[in-house]
Amino acid sequence: MGQGILLSAGADIDFMVHGIFSYELFGQTVWITTTHVCVLIVFLLLGTFALIANRTMRHASDVPTGFQNVVELIVEMLDSMIKASMGSSAAKFANYIGTIFIFILVSNISGLFGLRPPTADYGVTLALGLITFTLIHFNKFKYQKVSGVIKGLCDPWPIWAPINMIGDVAVPISLSLRLFANVLSGTVMMALVYGLLKWVAVFWPAVLHVYFDLFSGAIQTYVFCMLTMTYISDAIGEQ
Amino acid sequence: MEFNNEFILGCSAIGAGLAVIAGIGPGVGQGIAAGHAAAAVGRNPGAKSDVTSTMLLGQAVAETTGLYGLLIAMLLLFVKPLAN
Repeated sequence: MGQGILLSAGADIDFMVHGIFSYELFGQTVWITTTHVCVLIVFLLLGTFALIANRTMRHASDVPTGFQNVVELIVEMLDSMIKASMGSSAAKFANYIGTIFIFILVSNISGLFGLRPPTADYGVTLALGLITFTLIHFNKFKYQKVSGVIKGLCDPWPIWAPINMIGDVAVPISLSLRLFANVLSGTVMMALVYGLLKWVAVFWPAVLHVYFDLFSGAIQTYVFCMLTMTYISDAIGEQ
Repeated sequence: MEFNNEFILGCSAIGAGLAVIAGIGPGVGQGIAAGHAAAAVGRNPGAKSDVTSTMLLGQAVAETTGLYGLLIAMLLLFVKPLAN
């Protein structure tokens, strides 16, 4: 913690990741942190939702009622979003994009429920960025073949290859840092409001929650998924 | 040369303050984007939802450079890489 903040607020401000317990793995100390717990909670929530949704859709009726309505609404919204930006290859990636969309969205708004958002840990967002990176390059090699990849690397002239390579590596870093920094800034801001103002922070921080958790979280989820889809359809190229 | 810890922390705080000046760029950029979006809606009110979603997407991407500055400030204040 910064000492200036510590002096003015005591030990109330807390937005760091904490270790819960550690164990040795191949000579490395590995920590199980609060982020793992929060990811687990999000995972259990989504898993339960998925199980209930699966059971409901098995007895689906032509005229949807109740919970079936909600599930169909979510799936239709995700499908139309993916269709709008990926076109003909939407069906292949709907699974992945839909999954990360729901996961990031629930992670981002979990700050509302008192969790520390899992996406405010760089370990989580970097993993998401690396999955996107792998998908981009897998599809690049699959659809453009090796010759196409080399041609893309030496785009104007072969001398530009190192710069293009840096540009490729920067994609997952900028994707993950964007999501991480946005969610972290919201988390820090809320921790400062609650920690510094104490009893003054009654009711009105709800407005800040709406902006930092709901609005910013939803926008960043959308941006992450849009950019992932743009990069992947860029890698697939013209069909 | 040896500096004591307090001096390094003070300089880190100044550096953190300087780092968040990076927020000027995205501020100007987002303002320009919002202004042009307002003009576009004024010219073609039917496309309001499309214009709004495009504007929000562009603004969120433009915000990134400012967030890099914020990250540097956070690192300087809380991770304290320079202090001994």
